[in-house]
Amino acid sequence: MREERRPASFYALGTFFVLFVLFLYGPLSAIVLLSFQGPDGGLTFPMIGWSTHWFQALFEQQRVGDFKGSFLRSFKLGLIVMALTVVISFAAGLAFRKRFRGASFIFYLAVASLIVPSILVSLGVGLLFRILDIETTWWSSGLGAHLTWTLPFGLLIMFAVFNRFNKSYEEAARDLGATPWQTIRHVVLPIVAPSLVGVGLFGFTLSYDEFARSLLAVGTRNTLPLEIYGMTTNITSPALYALGTVTTAFSFLVVGGCLAATTIIQRRRARRMPAGPKP
Amino acid sequence: MQPDLAAERNPGWPHGRLGLHLLSMRVGRSRVAAAAPYLQVAPLAAVLGVFLVFPIALIAVVSFWDYTEYALIPDFTFRNYWELFSSVVTYKTYLSTLRFAAITWAVTLVVGFTVAYFLAFHVRTLKWQMTLFLVCTIPFWTSNIIRMISWIPFLGRNGILNSTLIAMGVIREPLEFLLFSEFSTVLAYVHLYALFMVVPIFNSMMRIDRSLIEAAVDCGASGWRVVREVVLPLSKPGIAIGSIFVVTLVMGDFVTVRLMSGGQSTSVGLMMANQLAYLQYPAAAANAIVLLAVVLLIVAAMMRIVDIRKEL
Repeated sequence: MREERRPASFYALGTFFVLFVLFLYGPLSAIVLLSFQGPDGGLTFPMIGWSTHWFQALFEQQRVGDFKGSFLRSFKLGLIVMALTVVISFAAGLAFRKRFRGASFIFYLAVASLIVPSILVSLGVGLLFRILDIETTWWSSGLGAHLTWTLPFGLLIMFAVFNRFNKSYEEAARDLGATPWQTIRHVVLPIVAPSLVGVGLFGFTLSYDEFARSLLAVGTRNTLPLEIYGMTTNITSPALYALGTVTTAFSFLVVGGCLAATTIIQRRRARRMPAGPKP
Repeated sequence: MQPDLAAERNPGWPHGRLGLHLLSMRVGRSRVAAAAPYLQVAPLAAVLGVFLVFPIALIAVVSFWDYTEYALIPDFTFRNYWELFSSVVTYKTYLSTLRFAAITWAVTLVVGFTVAYFLAFHVRTLKWQMTLFLVCTIPFWTSNIIRMISWIPFLGRNGILNSTLIAMGVIREPLEFLLFSEFSTVLAYVHLYALFMVVPIFNSMMRIDRSLIEAAVDCGASGWRVVREVVLPLSKPGIAIGSIFVVTLVMGDFVTVRLMSGGQSTSVGLMMANQLAYLQYPAAAANAIVLLAVVLLIVAAMMRIVDIRKEL
């Protein structure tokens, strides 16, 4: 197989792929570079000196809006959404392995939640709170609106996981006298743990970046994407790029952390049962 | 626990206290087992009920309400729908949105299919497939708005592309249509949503039985015919799922159009956002219901091709 020569189409498609990757990363790398503009630099190349001037400007609240506050809100909201998405999706994933009445209704509801344009959810949740005369906040209406976006993803991932799940592990546990709770706690949960990290990652980043569903649902105190959106109209300096660099770096940090966590879980497991079959 | 003497005397038959205990536990357990899926799915159902079904039902209700500059007036009037359907702007806006969706769909389909095909059939080891796949997905973990503004230094009047083209002598004046135009809007859409095509198509392709391809080649099919007659039909589910994602995302979008078109284009979402800015909630609600109907029609058409539940 290895000695086989690559066909010409390989090189054509390979080139296309490289161009696609450049298309994805090119613009992003440009703003990372430009965020280190000197104090006199503008929004485009050339670079006029190098500095961290624009990063400092970011943390002075008056100049570029409430970056720190909105970041903290988005971070906290992301963590709450992450935790709830993992727990609720896992539970629902377990439910869908058995037959129950209304299963396909709930499934289609979850799919509908992905298909309904985000602005509708935002508008609906905003209206609901307005008519009930409850103040919209990021941790109530905002949280709910975000969950309508993250839970369907979590559920679909759990479907994919449980479709490939080998039931004989559970049967073995049951034969050895484990209660249903023990089976879940000591057999199912450890096996699906890496996927749950993935669900959590989805939950966090989808919430952290969510714009449309936040718009009318988070109330007067902006989350980060709303704040960034506001800044795009107000700021015409490289501080905007600095903001992009910081949030992007943070996203990558989260993704990297999750990937590392999954790898560690899998390694530890491989060490624990060196000769055993992989679940 | 005390050893059960009855059981010891008569092995094989669950006598005495332990036996009864086991028996009652089993009955109790089966009742719990029957209730378990309902309890497990309850939180999901509750969230979707309160934050999806109820709000959308409310939008439907409010779309029949009346309003003034200051207040919403509960009513049953067709005013909002009447105003919506009697305005030429509405049709233009819907057409423009559909056009964006169609163009973005076509481009992301070609790009997504090609990239997925390369990854699934030309990259030979699983390790490299996954690495390259990850390389494609990483940019999608960052903020959409940041990814949109990242085109500014590239496409702007004094941007990288214009300066390069001028330096190369291809053009004299900077190209104006690059940024804040329909072109940049579509470009941003493709940039933002291409992954939603790549992932499901790649997933479908990875499940194609390789022996089918070998069989086609053995029967003398050219590379192109294999793609057209084996790979393409078997990737249909992935294509359908990706298409549903891309089309619904573009149909409901308003940020991209607002940021990237420079006010030259419009979309249904943007129209709604403007109505909301003037607190015309019932008008926006009517618009939302029509948009939802259009999106659901498109999705229903696509769902005829694929059973999503089978594909996971």
